[in-house]
Amino acid sequence: MSRVAHHTAEELADLKHRAPLLRLDGVTKTFPGVKALDDVSFDVRHGEVHALLGENGAGKSTLMKVLAGVHRANSGTIHLNGEPVEVNSPLEAKARGIVLVHQELSLAPELSVAENIFLGSLPTKRFGLVSWKRLNAAATHILDRLGVKFESYDRVGDLSIANQQMVEIARALVFTPKVVVFDEPTASLTDAEKVVLFDVIAGLKKEGTGIVYISHRMDEIFTLSDRITVLRDGQTRGTLNTRDTDEDGVTRLMIGRSLDKSARKAAPEPGPVALEVKGLSCGDLFRDISFSLRRGEVVGMYGLVGAGRTEIAETIFGLRAKDGGEIRIDGAPVDISGPPDAIRHGVALAPESRKEQGLVLGMNCRDNMSLSQLDAVSRGGWLDRGAEQAIYDEYAGRLSLKAPSWRTPVRNLSGGNQQKVVLGKWLGVKPRVLIVDEPTRGIDVGSKSEIHALIRRLAAEGIAVLVISSEMPEVLAVSDRILALYHGRLAREFAAADVTEDALVQAISGL
Amino acid sequence: MADTLASLRRYMVIPPIWLFLLACVAFFSVLTDDFLAPGNFTNILIQTSTIGIIALGMTVVMINGNIDLSVGAVVALAASLSVGLQDQLGTLPAVVVGLGSGVALGLLNGMIVWKTGVDAFIVTLGAMIGVRGLVFIYTGEQSFFAMDFAYSDFGMSTIAGLPTLAAIFLVFAAIMHWVMTATVHGRNAYAVGGNREAAEHAGVRVGRHMVINFMLVGFCAALAGVTLSTQMGASTPNLGRDYELWTITAVVLGGTKLAGGAGSILGTLGGVLTIGVLRNGMNLMQVPAFYVLVVMGVILIAVLFIDARVNRRGAGELRL
Amino acid sequence: MTKLDIQSGQAAPRLGVPDRDALRETLQKQGILIAFALFLVGFSLMSDRFASWDNVSTVFRQVSIIGTMALGVTVVVITGNLDLSVGSLLSFATVLVVDLHDQIGPAPAILVMFAATLLIGCVNGLLVGYGRLNSLIVTLGMLSAIQGLTLIYSGGQNVDIADQEGTWFAVFGRGFLLGLAVPTLIFLGLAVAFHVMLTRTSFGRRVFAVGGNPTASAFSGVRRARVVFSAYVLSAFTTACAAVILGSRVMGSQNNVGQGYELLVLSGVILGGASLLGGSGSIPKTVIGVLILGFIQNGLLLMGYPYYAQWLVTWVVIILAVWLDVASKRGAFFTRTS
Repeated sequence: MSRVAHHTAEELADLKHRAPLLRLDGVTKTFPGVKALDDVSFDVRHGEVHALLGENGAGKSTLMKVLAGVHRANSGTIHLNGEPVEVNSPLEAKARGIVLVHQELSLAPELSVAENIFLGSLPTKRFGLVSWKRLNAAATHILDRLGVKFESYDRVGDLSIANQQMVEIARALVFTPKVVVFDEPTASLTDAEKVVLFDVIAGLKKEGTGIVYISHRMDEIFTLSDRITVLRDGQTRGTLNTRDTDEDGVTRLMIGRSLDKSARKAAPEPGPVALEVKGLSCGDLFRDISFSLRRGEVVGMYGLVGAGRTEIAETIFGLRAKDGGEIRIDGAPVDISGPPDAIRHGVALAPESRKEQGLVLGMNCRDNMSLSQLDAVSRGGWLDRGAEQAIYDEYAGRLSLKAPSWRTPVRNLSGGNQQKVVLGKWLGVKPRVLIVDEPTRGIDVGSKSEIHALIRRLAAEGIAVLVISSEMPEVLAVSDRILALYHGRLAREFAAADVTEDALVQAISGL
Repeated sequence: MADTLASLRRYMVIPPIWLFLLACVAFFSVLTDDFLAPGNFTNILIQTSTIGIIALGMTVVMINGNIDLSVGAVVALAASLSVGLQDQLGTLPAVVVGLGSGVALGLLNGMIVWKTGVDAFIVTLGAMIGVRGLVFIYTGEQSFFAMDFAYSDFGMSTIAGLPTLAAIFLVFAAIMHWVMTATVHGRNAYAVGGNREAAEHAGVRVGRHMVINFMLVGFCAALAGVTLSTQMGASTPNLGRDYELWTITAVVLGGTKLAGGAGSILGTLGGVLTIGVLRNGMNLMQVPAFYVLVVMGVILIAVLFIDARVNRRGAGELRL
Repeated sequence: MTKLDIQSGQAAPRLGVPDRDALRETLQKQGILIAFALFLVGFSLMSDRFASWDNVSTVFRQVSIIGTMALGVTVVVITGNLDLSVGSLLSFATVLVVDLHDQIGPAPAILVMFAATLLIGCVNGLLVGYGRLNSLIVTLGMLSAIQGLTLIYSGGQNVDIADQEGTWFAVFGRGFLLGLAVPTLIFLGLAVAFHVMLTRTSFGRRVFAVGGNPTASAFSGVRRARVVFSAYVLSAFTTACAAVILGSRVMGSQNNVGQGYELLVLSGVILGGASLLGGSGSIPKTVIGVLILGFIQNGLLLMGYPYYAQWLVTWVVIILAVWLDVASKRGAFFTRTS
């Protein structure tokens, strides 16, 4: 991770005096009813990695899209090399040397790697014919630089997600860009691939390219960046020299105060075992997983993406067919062949992806909450609106949900409030076991600690809670015990009292 | 060299429907005497040429991520115009007007889909109803008969032993295959269908490609209308009814995805021929025509079913 | 607004300024109603006969078949699927009920026809719901297969009822009750039932949830397959009801009597504002959508335009209606696509 050397003091001094390559002044962008960007100003210099930090909804992606020409700013100016420029379309942005490496993959699966890299500018012969020779040669040249293990003529749909991400990065390098905007580029990369990416970024720096690097991961930002600009509520909250600050300083800018690291107040008295899993296996996703959850305790499940965490939860919830092992609820073996069975046995799952799996976005808050318990709020198939309203009122209150009204479609809520609707939906069924998968992904820092406190409170009320997370601070903050997963196997189990960060990292890395 | 070979792969991929087609051919060859008789294959080609020509255009539009339900109505419009205007304009100009009407409607459909952002399914559903109305109003609900015998002779003529209509279909298929595999327009059609937003951001002129493809399918439908009316020596206002459904069936059998981004002309050719072979073979086996409809429906669903099973991701799949 | 607000200056800028967001929202939600009202006013001004009770009740009677079918199709569309098989299913059901009428009597004929039609609906539902296959293609295949079944059953012959005056079967298509045509009553009665079902029952909620987000619904314990299956059975049910009206009105049936109905019915549903993506739509609006189709036909005929002019107008109206809907959500009339 530390392949990119930090600048020496002289270099830093030099950097300060360099003229900005790209400068934004007072950029404002409003959507109907929302001011997404409010007077945003920042600049990127030649050969600088400028990290852009902010929680979801802070305006990062809007800013990025303004830069890349997807959105037009309502007011403000963009200067490139001192010249005021207008960026009215992604094409124009590209022509001016500003390229964006998307977080969501923006590839055409049926086309070859080379065709994707040169999408929109395929080299041609006569009659609009594609020149495959020139295309593949040019693509191979770029791929060599990235040191990838696939060929320019491979079909993109056949590549792994990580390799597709590399194609996405390759695409940015086509036109010797002046400014590259990376949006969470490492989200699906392995450590080895990250190293390659960081090398590429170092190379770009050396060539004088300006880099805007958007990420949630503090370690990456502190490894890579020269300066950090923090966005909050669509406004720039300040720009810091990376060398002169630390995580706390950045966090303070992001939320306006330091984050309370521990939501846990006191070690609770664990109750009887609510959920017991014995030798659970599912294909090559995970093997021989055994653990138990007691009432009143919070167990963290920690591991890398792809270690099988979500899949274990989905299997317990009946969304996957297990091919071995046993699940016991309150001591009795149960057969769960789908979510309705799971719900009947008192198991609830707040899934990883709120928007895809957790909520019907166009539906209002109340109806989303009662969706998991339609049988309970209806008599002979007739909905009892009073009962629905009662559930909504109770859990909106208990979770301090901030929604204009129960009629508001959940689409219009912030990430934190959406997560509360998901939790409310599951608390309504009075679960014995609550599994929460990445409970604070994409939620602003302030709401994070609120959700953590909530999880502890639910445990205190006697629910057995399993928290799946890829964020170590989160696992450490809420858990009584921690299960470390490595490659679909349970690597180690820790008690919260005697776990260290190093041991945890080792356990999930198979060491 | 390796690059050239690799690039060649895209021309060489054989869509699975051809295996099924081969099986059908083998089946009917064994069970009927006449299936392999000389002339039967050209029969099949003539019978399928109408749907086939439309299917070529439909493939392009569907790869592009759209659909065109108005092709059947365009068939009737082009046929009525090119037969009905012969007296006033002369045969060739009338045919040009007929073909032009298809291109013009394609342009209209394409522009509406592009500029308004309304789903192509809805835009062309509207056009299907409206254009059919236009045909009825123009024809006064009458059939037209071609007085120029050269016109109806054309439908029966041959080129080098191959019926002209079959030749038109095959030549057109070859051209479209080439357009989709070797030209920037064709490759961009895949890109737009596979990931429209990405294509847009990469500077692909999405709207222009869509309009061109709608004009292409409009031309194909009009051409099919003309060839069909040369076969019959006449046009009727009800010509081409349900053709949109048959065309989509052939294209989907050929492996083109409704969602766009995937598919091939080669596959569509296989799909069209499969339908032709099945109809012809069952006819030779003296299965009543009614049963053919049932068999076609069942095969369409079966192909979809098999495709879904083959492409299912096994253990990665959630039980939803 | 209280005095205090005005004094503090907060409310002042808003006074007299129309709330554009609210206006947009109203247009977006009630656009179809406004269009409908404009149509009615326009036609009434251009033809004095248009607004008469006789004429209006005629229109209702005329749209009752398509309207009845549209109720079931609306449920299918809300689940995010299509049903293109209803046209040939209508042919099938009508041929069956008319043919059986003289053989086994009206009541058994209706029973057998409902059973057979619902069975076909079950096949649709099994394939799309439990088989998770693309609904457009499945129902396209079924369209063809049912057409074949109809022809096989009838041997390609048209069917009719011998004693057209003496059978009580005539009541469904030709009868009147309390001054209203029975087809109209069936249509509106079913519309009310379907509306109540979609808005007041847990099944209705599940229909919207499955259409809005099938994955999240499954994660919430909703049995997606069962809901989609039921939607197709309901669609077959309304088509069977329409077949009773049609068979009774015509007292006979051609083999292809329902040809093209699937897309007309779908037009009505789309005019009513249901999105093909699923999760939205409503029965009252579908009824209005179907009525618009009916009033276009009726109004244009009254004004002396040729019969098929209605199809041209339908073309324009469908695209305009959906365009307005799309444009109001986008906040701009045209896309920015290059």
